[in-house]
Amino acid sequence: MKLVLHKRETVSKRAVVLVPIVSFAVSLFLGGILLILSGANPLVAYGAMFRGAFGSSVGWTEVLVKGIPLMLTGLGVALAFRLRFWNIGAEGQLTLGAVAASGVALFWSQRLPSWTILPLAILAGCVAGALWAGLPAVLKAVLKVDETLTTLMLNYVAILYYEHLYHVTWRAPGYNSGTERFPEFAWLPRIAGRAHMGIFFALILAVVLWWMFKHSRWGFELKIIGSNPTAARYLGISIARSIVLTILISGALSGLAGALEVLGIARRLQQGVAVGYGYTAIIIAWMAQLNPLGVIMVAMMMAGLLVGGDQIQMRMRLPASVGVVLQGMLLLPMLAGSLFTEYALEIKRPEKLPVAGLQQDVGKEATG
Amino acid sequence: MRRRIFGLLAVLLTASLALAACGTAAGPTTTDEGPFRAAFVYIGPPGDLGWTYEHDRGRQQVEAEFGDNVETTYIENVEQGPDAARVIRQYAQEGYDMVFATSFGYMDAMYEVAEEFPNVIFEHCSGYRTRDNMGTYFGRMYQPRYLSGMVAGSMTEANSIGYVAAFPIPEVIRGINAFTLGVREVNPDAEVRVVWTYTWFDPVTERDAAIALLDQGVDIIAQHQDTTEPQKAAQERGAMSIGYNSDHRAFVGDTVLTGPAWNWGPYYISTIGAAMGDGWESREYWGGMQDGLVQLADFSPRVPQAVRDLVDTATQSFLNGNDEVFCGPITAQDGSMFVAAGECLSDGEMLGMNVFVEGVIGTIPAQ
Repeated sequence: MKLVLHKRETVSKRAVVLVPIVSFAVSLFLGGILLILSGANPLVAYGAMFRGAFGSSVGWTEVLVKGIPLMLTGLGVALAFRLRFWNIGAEGQLTLGAVAASGVALFWSQRLPSWTILPLAILAGCVAGALWAGLPAVLKAVLKVDETLTTLMLNYVAILYYEHLYHVTWRAPGYNSGTERFPEFAWLPRIAGRAHMGIFFALILAVVLWWMFKHSRWGFELKIIGSNPTAARYLGISIARSIVLTILISGALSGLAGALEVLGIARRLQQGVAVGYGYTAIIIAWMAQLNPLGVIMVAMMMAGLLVGGDQIQMRMRLPASVGVVLQGMLLLPMLAGSLFTEYALEIKRPEKLPVAGLQQDVGKEATG
Repeated sequence: MRRRIFGLLAVLLTASLALAACGTAAGPTTTDEGPFRAAFVYIGPPGDLGWTYEHDRGRQQVEAEFGDNVETTYIENVEQGPDAARVIRQYAQEGYDMVFATSFGYMDAMYEVAEEFPNVIFEHCSGYRTRDNMGTYFGRMYQPRYLSGMVAGSMTEANSIGYVAAFPIPEVIRGINAFTLGVREVNPDAEVRVVWTYTWFDPVTERDAAIALLDQGVDIIAQHQDTTEPQKAAQERGAMSIGYNSDHRAFVGDTVLTGPAWNWGPYYISTIGAAMGDGWESREYWGGMQDGLVQLADFSPRVPQAVRDLVDTATQSFLNGNDEVFCGPITAQDGSMFVAAGECLSDGEMLGMNVFVEGVIGTIPAQ
């Protein structure tokens, strides 16, 4: 006897409702075991996490602070994944976006009218992110170089360059690390607490992308290229051109996230830009099933988990590592659960097993 | 697919909005009764057996000193930069009377939050931005570093000592220079080789840097990092080392000859005591050996009596309030005059130090 997963013909309505509820319950249960083993009451801990994130206006604005870069990088990653282009370089694209925006804010302020600096810095962030993603895109489109490796490796290049800048080249004279503060006209206005205007960028771009995916020719082309490149070629779609253009936009979204982060939060280039948003974005994109509006929601949830996670230490007095493990434990069943909305689990006798069909399916998923 | 996520999140968001309404109504809880509450924000875990370990030992001494009159808490592994502001703000919001942040990278975050909470006292370790309700504190670590240099200079046979250093910033450069001056005070032929790791807390990188230095032929490893890894790497290679932060001999063994160490307890007790009695004032505190804030850890049995006597004499001089580490004549690495005979560097000059002295092998990256 064997357990077999096969792809559902149509997405089951029951699964759509039940799977997230059951996954969430399993998440809480597994996390609860961890908390009990650590000597904490799970109900108290969950309550503290929830109130820490959403229980006060400060909590809400801090969730937005974390949510904005997660939304934008999540959108960028989801866009690339629609093409089955495995862009795991959002972290590096975000970092370079932050670097470019900082460069404009720091060094162009004397030469250009002050009102131009903020928009130019944001634009520079987008361009830098786009170019950093464009490099692997061109390599992939022209030379078929595997983008998983190139996008990942370029993260390290970008992060080391950024560290060199704030530690050495751009360091404010006299003291430790970090550049000078940006002039005030280069600051991105804040709405409440530290939550800044970046939220509007994220929301508007999510709606635009959602609409484009559904109704535009570009969205249609992405769908075809992603699901069946051969068919796309027959339809006369230029795949190379499409990949490069789409990935430029994907990178620009992450670059924008980096630019907004430095202009809205730190207001100088310093440690704390490359803190993993670009990697969390991959989880967000998957959990949102690559849907832009879903990305916004999941990013908010993830930000809530990050902000609420502080309470594991602050309120529950547990070590930081428990918080990190707990966050992972809460996510895992949610991610695993999404498998069951697309696949059905069946118990079969080995001799009747249509293995080939399944493997083909899975193979397609994995390699695109 | 979309509906699935919407459904789940709609439930979460509705519930959270309901809770938010309750939460904001309650507001921050500041009470005059009950214990004085102090929170500590750490860059690493207290288990690093170094930098954070020593701060946490100071925190525990505060609890032991004041008993039920003080309640302390801490949060570990807080990322420098934007994350720190959230954590510090949460403590202030929750009615803590005093917040300590123990890494340079928390400076902007604390400065920003301090403005919003004028009734909370903030203290930042190793920075330079202050407000009426925000002070800074740090120690003249260069004093015991100089002493540990004397030990290393006396004990090296290769006349080459390795120094695993975090960042090319004045604090670390000052330490390397003081150490080197101590080395060459007793052994003018010895050199100090520097490797930058660009991290405070990264056990693997710290270890790798020590091994790279040992491969270059040094026989003693000194360091300016948060963990004990450089000491362990030296021990595994049969080399000796100079610790930092705490008494590393207790954690690594007697290959650690001695080391400059922090002793935060007395400072934390006095500043929290002042705050409890409304006698706290914002200041930039820079304590030395005389104040008991920095000290030289106990000698390993491997250090001969003659060396101990030599160092003890110099220690006594610091304890008596003399401080001539950076008094001339001192030659810079490039051979130029760094400090002229009969002159001493001011605190400001020491805090901005950006050149190596003669005897250091290594470079400070140009800006």
